[in-house]
Amino acid sequence: MGLSNKNKEILIGPLSKNNPVIIQMLGICSALAVTSKLEPSIVMAVSVTAVVAFANVIISLLRNTIPARIRIIVQLVVVAALVTIVSEVLKAFAFDVNKQLSVFVGLIITNCILMGRLEAFALGNGPWESFLDGLGNGLGYGIILVVIGFFRELLGSGILLGFQVIPDVFYQWGYVNNGLMILPPMALIVVAVIIWVHRSGNKNLQEN
Amino acid sequence: MKALRNYLDKIKPNFEEGGKLSMLRSVFEGVETFLFVSNETSKSGVHIHDSIDAKRTMTAVIIALVPALLFGMYNTGYQHYLAIGETPGFWMTFVYGLLAVLPIIAVSYIVGLGIEFTVAQWKKEEIQEGFLVSGILIPLIVPVDTPLWMIAVATAFAVIFAKEVFGGTGYNIFNVALVTRAFLFFAYPSAMSGDKVFVRTADTFGIGAGTTVDGLSGATPLGQINVAANDMIGSFQAVDILGHPLNTLDLFIGLIPGSIGETSAAAILIGAVILLFAGVASWKTMFSVFAGGIFTAAIFNLIGTTVAMSISPPDHLLLGGFAFGAVFMATDPVTSARTETGKYIFGFLIGVMAIVIRTLNPGYPEGMMLAILLMNIFAPLIDYYVVESNIKRRLKRAIAK
Repeated sequence: MGLSNKNKEILIGPLSKNNPVIIQMLGICSALAVTSKLEPSIVMAVSVTAVVAFANVIISLLRNTIPARIRIIVQLVVVAALVTIVSEVLKAFAFDVNKQLSVFVGLIITNCILMGRLEAFALGNGPWESFLDGLGNGLGYGIILVVIGFFRELLGSGILLGFQVIPDVFYQWGYVNNGLMILPPMALIVVAVIIWVHRSGNKNLQEN
Repeated sequence: MKALRNYLDKIKPNFEEGGKLSMLRSVFEGVETFLFVSNETSKSGVHIHDSIDAKRTMTAVIIALVPALLFGMYNTGYQHYLAIGETPGFWMTFVYGLLAVLPIIAVSYIVGLGIEFTVAQWKKEEIQEGFLVSGILIPLIVPVDTPLWMIAVATAFAVIFAKEVFGGTGYNIFNVALVTRAFLFFAYPSAMSGDKVFVRTADTFGIGAGTTVDGLSGATPLGQINVAANDMIGSFQAVDILGHPLNTLDLFIGLIPGSIGETSAAAILIGAVILLFAGVASWKTMFSVFAGGIFTAAIFNLIGTTVAMSISPPDHLLLGGFAFGAVFMATDPVTSARTETGKYIFGFLIGVMAIVIRTLNPGYPEGMMLAILLMNIFAPLIDYYVVESNIKRRLKRAIAK
């Protein structure tokens, strides 16, 4: 790959020890809202990754020309343009998922991870590093979404991506899908469990 | 007693640090202090010596729960034999109920205590006794036909996420037994509501097999109210499972379908007297829950034009889990308000919320569970403002001088 150590850290860091969702607690709302099934979780993860990576690149290219006082507006315009493109692509090629995601595609604009990365990273770094940073953070967000979506769809509906996973014989024995898994509160608890597992494996994240 | 003490002393070294059974240390410690009052004394500060400790308090609650439990067992059998049209006599009826309820109690205790023991051993703490009460409350607030594995899953969820993650007994925000029920209610709604789950029509361990009589409906009175909620006043009459009308006295005695321990206000009243006599529960909380319920029900009576609004205040208090919740759940010392004024506010709002949910929300026939859980959240806030206002009042008095 030929990535320098610093760039590797920019790309890999957000996946685990600097994860935007479970460490920085950003983007929680969409993580709760779209993860009742695996498919919309994956689509959401890809969409956010694309938007944050390219927004980072564009803002990074413009960073020396944006007046500091109106930088938020400029960032919003860039993000809104990218979100519109993503939204149109989804409508054209994945209409059903787009309907399931409903307003949350548009609400990527307000996703805290985006503004956070643009403010904290893209305004002070070159386009290549910014791209890697956006990619890393988008993937870090995506991993969590996919894990939540996986457990919620598996336990809540007994299927994954539309295919039945839990065999019929279980249902004949009296197994019932857990309806609470489909409701938003359980997403919060699944996030909490992920944080729990993640912290118990990382000594330097534990508070004394 | 003496022999038991000697035996415990003899095996004790095995469980101490370095003993061959030291991995079961907390279990031994738990059993020992359950059987005998602990002989450890505090080493510092001034302490009032009292033989009441958490285990003795919990025991008082369990004794208070016994009437409701025994009545619930009898009622389970009674409803069953009513449904299959037989009258096998008192003992047969009770034994059927006993066999139907015991597995639920066993599952609740094995799962809950299993988790408690494991966590205590793992964190090198003493076993906390909070689950002794939760473990008996859980069977009393679920329908008799709830599958055992669901109770196991829900109990595990509640003990881990409502209690252990907050730090164990005494630190939980929500009443553990109610979280168990809420989990069941939202995760497996088909097993927790409707007219199929509150009366067991199948046999239990081969006892009481038979076919159900014609025209059977296992709907609870609250379920019937919920169905008829928007009809005009006067068109509604609560009936038992065979369609005979029920009057207020029937609701008080409690031979009606419902969750296992909640149907009989009479048995719960005995429990309430025991709790108050033992000084374990606060009469202020209990009283104000009922006051809130009567107040809200009376207002709905005044303004209401539908069946749901026209249920009289006494009926509301006797129906469903209201009395049970008021006596055994709202008074939970950990999750209720601690300040004396706060207890009035806390209890009153539970009563109000329970009746409001019952009357106005078409989705939930019963509101007691959600009302108590909701007020559990607000208990610390209520306490905070009670203390603040107290400080302000006294400050004013000091300045005025």
